[in-house]
Amino acid sequence: MADGNTHVEGQQHPLGVYIKIWGWLFVLSACSYAVDYFHVQSYLRWTLILVFMMLKAGLIVAFFMHMRWERLALVYAIMLPPAAVLVFVAIMMFESDNTLMLRKTFFSVLSGT
Amino acid sequence: MAETTLTDTGGHSAQPNNMSGFVSDWSSDQRTFKNVPWGKAMMWVFLLSDTFIFSCFLLSYMTVRMSSTVAWPPATEIFALSFGGDPIPMVLIAIMTFILITSSGTMVLAVNYGYRKDRKKTALLLIVTALFGASFVGLQAFEWTKLIVDEGIRPWGNSMGAPQFGAVFFMVTGFHGFHVSVGVLFLILMARKVWRGDYDTGKRGFFTSKKGKYEDVETMGLYWHFVDLVWVFIFAFFYLW
Repeated sequence: MADGNTHVEGQQHPLGVYIKIWGWLFVLSACSYAVDYFHVQSYLRWTLILVFMMLKAGLIVAFFMHMRWERLALVYAIMLPPAAVLVFVAIMMFESDNTLMLRKTFFSVLSGT
Repeated sequence: MAETTLTDTGGHSAQPNNMSGFVSDWSSDQRTFKNVPWGKAMMWVFLLSDTFIFSCFLLSYMTVRMSSTVAWPPATEIFALSFGGDPIPMVLIAIMTFILITSSGTMVLAVNYGYRKDRKKTALLLIVTALFGASFVGLQAFEWTKLIVDEGIRPWGNSMGAPQFGAVFFMVTGFHGFHVSVGVLFLILMARKVWRGDYDTGKRGFFTSKKGKYEDVETMGLYWHFVDLVWVFIFAFFYLW
């Protein structure tokens, strides 16, 4: 981000950067597909999926969407609000655990088992 | 450059790009996003709101899947495809993923050639991007047909497990496919403008009556990359999880 304040003529960068990132996106996609293809399971599967996902998303936003070269005023305005979603995720995880518990308790009562 | 007024920073580019530069940008009592054309800033704000919409979809998916007492249908098997031999797991989704990444690459090249004011290459790359996008939607239509006709999956139920599977699938991939379709439409419109030389001659648009600039290609690019970005999350959470 060091040179983020010198782009008066817009976001113009050497083609080589884009080609390199493009290649990485293909490699990372192949990696996430391999996770499924080789039937990796459980925690290792979830970790790998999340890691490849975040790497791909990061590369797209940073290079293809030029966030790496924008000024911090824009970067923070756009990148920080989605963090609130994580709080929402946490709330809904509690909520769905509770729902599951209630369903398990009362579905068995209703079916008489 | 003749049209630097929009991106001209009026001397503010001297501000360092660190925390004090961030504070002075926001407190300058002038435009906050220096160096960024308004169309681009507004596209970012729109994409932020779209991020929340897709987040809510994926969150509801997480909630119904976590709270289901019935097993979730196995995505690997449902989206497997056979080319004469044994079914290859998830192969259609893999092809769609690679198509979308390829289209992102051609889009970024279009933006780059746009800033070089290379009219023909920009228009051509925009068309190529639109073609990749259209083929993605085509494959998605094929996928939906297979699921609805062959597998009998409905928004309210299916024979493979949790009934919410269909509702989530059609909602999430449908909304994403709609975004891709709209993107294809705008890519074609923009390619036509670029090819005609509207951004070179400063011809006014029929809707906004504003002069278009090659920066508009970057704004279009932001939308297209966002569509690719959303697919990265759908691919991970819906198909692979």
